[in-house]
Amino acid sequence: MTETETKSLQAKTKKEVTTPAEQTKPGAVFYPAVDILETERELTLLADLPGVKAKDLKIDLDDNVLTLTADETPLEGSGEKDIFREYRTGRYYRQFSLSDTIDQSKIEAVLKEGVLRLTLPKVEAATPRKITVKAGQ
Amino acid sequence: MILRRFSDWPSFDLRSPFDELERMRRELDRLSGDFTGSVFRLPSAGVFPLVNVTEDPDNYYVRAELPGVKTDELGISVTGDTLTLSGERKLPEENEKASYHRREREAGSFSRVISLPSRLNVDKVKAHAEDGVLTVVLPKAESAKPRQIAVKSS
Repeated sequence: MTETETKSLQAKTKKEVTTPAEQTKPGAVFYPAVDILETERELTLLADLPGVKAKDLKIDLDDNVLTLTADETPLEGSGEKDIFREYRTGRYYRQFSLSDTIDQSKIEAVLKEGVLRLTLPKVEAATPRKITVKAGQ
Repeated sequence: MILRRFSDWPSFDLRSPFDELERMRRELDRLSGDFTGSVFRLPSAGVFPLVNVTEDPDNYYVRAELPGVKTDELGISVTGDTLTLSGERKLPEENEKASYHRREREAGSFSRVISLPSRLNVDKVKAHAEDGVLTVVLPKAESAKPRQIAVKSS
């Protein structure tokens, strides 16, 4: 799975949420790009949330549905006039449904340099155990 | 004498087709100006990163969303009226035993040249990153700043 040569990045317009769950705030809503990976012990979710401060990120877990809502803080000063804009800012929103094997009390979230790392540990019972099979006599 | 003869030609014969072309060209310029002149524009063919450019009387501000890119991995250079942003986005190695359910975030290198509308004071360019958004502040060259001209009454 490791790539040895570095490929060059392609510009991508943010994917806009087309059927957002009821939004009360006006403005554009985007799907953040995510990676979700699973090991025996935990699920890890990485999300690109540029422009989001920790206080504006809401992680909500209800009935095994994980909801991320994050508002971008516009950085433009009041005296600045647009010359051109290629990307838009607004809100990020995405929902995931989790299996019930997540230990919801041990979820950890770290937001750094616009990247969220959410660690979702599985409950003990769900981690596979080696079962030794004895040959019958 | 030659000049004289040129001007003796009936004007509609020679000039009108060019006039018509000129008029069409101006019309096209005006139309395309309507598109490029708008503030929001589509990203130019696949060049990463996408940028928003603003100005105030003293500076230009170029902003780009670069989540997870460290400032020391960024190359920023300025000459005349152009800014070059280059670097590489690296994604940290994850547990190699992990299996991916989704993989949407991308790693890779990038380089982009952005021309600004006027010359820059290249010595005073500053850049900082905040929450994964890079801001480059580019002061305008003295000669490019708008100047208030007082009109004296005699």
